[in-house]
Amino acid sequence: MSELTRERGLRLLREMLRIRRFEERCAELYQAEKIRGFLHLYIGEEAIAAGVMPELLPDDAVVATYREHGHALARGVAMNAVMAEMYGKWEGASRGRGGSMHIFDAATRFYGGNAIVGGGLPLAVGLALADALQKQSRVTACFFGDGAVAEGEFHESLNLAALWKLPVLFLCENNLYAMGTALERAQSQVDLVAKAASYALPAARVDGMDVVDVGDATRSAVAAIRRGEGPRFLELVTYRFRAHSMFDAELYRTKSEVATWRARDPIALLRARLDLGEAAMAALDAEVVSEVDASVAFAEAGSWEPVERLTTDVYARRPP
Amino acid sequence: MAQMNMVQAINDALRLEMKRDDRVVVLGEDVGKVGGVFRVTAGLYDEFGEERVIDTPLSEGGIIGTAIGMALYGLVPVPEIQFADFIFPAYDQIVSELAKYRYRSGGEYPCKMVIRTPVGGGIRGGHYHSQSPEAQFIHVAGLKVVCPSNAADAKGLLLAAIRDPDPVLFFEPKRVYRAAKGEVPEGDYTVPLGQAKVVRPGKDVTIVTWGAMVYEALDAANKASVEGVECEIVDLRTLWPLDIDSVVGSVKKTGRLVVVHEAPRSCGLGGEIVALVNEKAFLHLEAPPVRVTGFDTPFPYTLEMEYLPLAHRILPAVLATAKY
Repeated sequence: MSELTRERGLRLLREMLRIRRFEERCAELYQAEKIRGFLHLYIGEEAIAAGVMPELLPDDAVVATYREHGHALARGVAMNAVMAEMYGKWEGASRGRGGSMHIFDAATRFYGGNAIVGGGLPLAVGLALADALQKQSRVTACFFGDGAVAEGEFHESLNLAALWKLPVLFLCENNLYAMGTALERAQSQVDLVAKAASYALPAARVDGMDVVDVGDATRSAVAAIRRGEGPRFLELVTYRFRAHSMFDAELYRTKSEVATWRARDPIALLRARLDLGEAAMAALDAEVVSEVDASVAFAEAGSWEPVERLTTDVYARRPP
Repeated sequence: MAQMNMVQAINDALRLEMKRDDRVVVLGEDVGKVGGVFRVTAGLYDEFGEERVIDTPLSEGGIIGTAIGMALYGLVPVPEIQFADFIFPAYDQIVSELAKYRYRSGGEYPCKMVIRTPVGGGIRGGHYHSQSPEAQFIHVAGLKVVCPSNAADAKGLLLAAIRDPDPVLFFEPKRVYRAAKGEVPEGDYTVPLGQAKVVRPGKDVTIVTWGAMVYEALDAANKASVEGVECEIVDLRTLWPLDIDSVVGSVKKTGRLVVVHEAPRSCGLGGEIVALVNEKAFLHLEAPPVRVTGFDTPFPYTLEMEYLPLAHRILPAVLATAKY
């Protein structure tokens, strides 16, 4: 394990806190009907996005899930653009066309949130294949959940990537539940590392609540991929502290289980490790909250997509 | 009679048929312990157990494929796909296997099942929780397609669909899942597949629609009435096989046709309805048939209420058709 410098520690803490405070505000804005439709919060899982992203280069690609606010923020998509997208504003990352689950940003090579579970895996393999064919040394980081492991696309994608030795980093965010279905009720092989390894690619399990471990594991996987050693798979064991979506009564898990995981809050764990006092934490929090405030103001001030633009950006437009 | 919304009516139908016929098996993502994301299967797991209400992994192709196998051995599967937008990993099993099994086997193997899935927009679900893909399934010969607009029809149509010898796609308009509350007969009854229903009589313009858009058509019809135009609204209920006789009967009376659907316009079911009316009632038409539909675009989050063919878009189409 690499040494945790105070500078790195504080950077990771700030990133996790940005995601946490952003999403807490999103939950409030949802109640206020500023954010509509579906909202899937990443709270509890912040160590993954915050740990992985600093280990990627600007030229690498990121393919994310429908629970992707944290991925987008940690990758460097502007918080203003993410919040405006949540609102459905024209100034949003995807012009407000998709909302929470559909954040895209070409500047940071962010190839989308995706409301189709498992939908991003094959195209991540395609990005990596194109890089391989074009002799690029870039890495494609592909996030997905344990639920996606049951979809056929997962299996096709791991096979193709391993068969062709492509530069993909598969990042399985295992939060133990596919919506309301526990891992052991959905997987014949609950050891997802063993499952991935059956496709003959190196796979490892990481404590997804420990942002430093996540970062270290990502660093060594990315280095191997960049050396041309083919794809890697990381299972990041984590837990979502909130419901699956805003409509979920959480009938499938106990309060004590949630409490046990909350005791391993990734933000609190890192803060303790850094021995950060109240005043320093409050100062950091105030900075983060002011960024969130600014993003809300930006979104509020934004505009709606003009209705005459409804049919733009569609392939194969119909005859008039 | 009981007051029920559509969720309760569908739940009632499932419970009733599972009691009546122990071959009926429900399966899908979170349909058991959780009772479905929209609570449509609530209580069934506790009542019938894990062999009749099967929680599956996120494996849409697997859900439909295994349902086919069960159907071939005489069970009556009622798989749920959580949103119609998620059905496409199962598209291969549906179009290549399910729709063709009887035909491919020279009539030897029937394969009956009902695929239930919430459909349509109106809940700000964005690209992948809003679509209306009915035409993509109707175009594949071999599937019946149903879409009720109200609770009583939903129960009767679902019971008819489960008892039908053919595979049926049962689209449930999620926008009115809890809004369309009404009188629902208790106990067993069916609404026959393939029969449309005139939900508002009128002499001037025929509006053909289904699902959640029935309410928008009614709204537009009430507004048109103020302008002196009386609309007849035909709620298709079963989209395929299409009750073209009811449609043509109405158009022969009014001479004017407006078709309303949420799905994109091009190659939508509206196009087929217009073509059939042209073939069967051409000389009765007083105006060109009109389609008021979704746009030929992916489903938008922000502009949802512009995309959907709501009353504010139906009304001008009705008035223009009446005046033509």
